[in-house]
Amino acid sequence: MSTPTDRKPSRPSGTPPEGNGKFLLGMIGLFFGVLLLGAGATMWLGGSSSMGPAIGGPFALTDTGGKPFTDKDLRGSYAVLYFGYTFCPDVCPTTLNQLAEALDRLGPKAKLVRPVFITIDPRRDTPGVMKQYVQAFSPDLIGLTGTEAQIGSVAREFRVYYAPHRTGDGPNDYTMDHSSVLYLIGPDGKFIAPLRADAGAEQIAADLSRHLP
Amino acid sequence: MTRVFLRIVAAGLLSVPFSLSSAAWSDGPIQVTGAFARAAPAGGVGGMFLTIVNTGPADRLTGAASSVAEKVELHESIDDKGVMKMRPVAGLSIPAGATVKLAPGGYHVMMMGLKQPLAAGGRATVTLTFEKAGQVEVEAEVVKPGAGAPEGHSMDHNMGHGMGNMPGMTPSK
Ligand SMILES: [Cu+2]
Repeated sequence: MSTPTDRKPSRPSGTPPEGNGKFLLGMIGLFFGVLLLGAGATMWLGGSSSMGPAIGGPFALTDTGGKPFTDKDLRGSYAVLYFGYTFCPDVCPTTLNQLAEALDRLGPKAKLVRPVFITIDPRRDTPGVMKQYVQAFSPDLIGLTGTEAQIGSVAREFRVYYAPHRTGDGPNDYTMDHSSVLYLIGPDGKFIAPLRADAGAEQIAADLSRHLP
Repeated sequence: MTRVFLRIVAAGLLSVPFSLSSAAWSDGPIQVTGAFARAAPAGGVGGMFLTIVNTGPADRLTGAASSVAEKVELHESIDDKGVMKMRPVAGLSIPAGATVKLAPGGYHVMMMGLKQPLAAGGRATVTLTFEKAGQVEVEAEVVKPGAGAPEGHSMDHNMGHGMGNMPGMTPSK
């Protein structure tokens, strides 16, 4: 239903262009090779060559209480990061709900993992908006927003592509295009593996438990 | 509405062949079933999902409206090589005799600028407009955020249009 121009949106500045992803694919292939070949994972092929192999890194964001929240606040536990936006009634809530269900399935091990939702639409997703949204999912879900620059920075670190798509003339008449991947981070803050976001709760739980002690 | 609804239920229980029942007991060739909306805060956006069963000639869903939101659109979610996109669609063709699902990951009714929160366990109503069948009112159960279709009893949540889940009542394409 989309027009041909929808297929190639302009990328935000600093977002890596599509390129040769063999190096990155080889690296994370150890963790995830088979699943990566599935639909929805080809984003990993884009935007890797110009940025080197490391995924993740330090970030400084704002939590739902309006307080600073950095990568260091996640140290000591595993974390699953998801990038999306609250003005999305379909893919983002489906994913967050499946992540919550996956954690439920893990039983006591779920305590090791902190789910984190980072908005790529900080203009609309203020701390207050994020607070209402994440509370509806789970008291454990951490919601993070920030300035455009802060969000741009953390998205670049995680190779998250995002771009607004206008749907009308009003200031809020836009949707966000965005990568949809779950990122598993270790207690040391280092990226462990991407998890398929569209795999369903059972699969997400299985993928997670493989990496947990 | 209620009377029509009860007659549809009766028809289903008696397993009257669908081809005979559609003209006699339904108030139109378009039925909407299994509608659910996801909980969302006031000011936010809500998504509604539903199934359209067309027992008549080809039709077209051209729009949706609701008093619960400032603006209502038909949207499509697209997985473009791992990049998720959401796009308004001008309309949705409903071929003759077809069942068209608006389901998570595909199409949804997008309710923007919610005037009140959609609370899980509550109800949300939208009016769908079809080119030929005209307006069809749909009442959806509100489920928790991110949830899928509520199990069973989906036909209770339609206003005279619920019959798609009835055994033996689903028209063949
Ligand atoms: Cu939408």
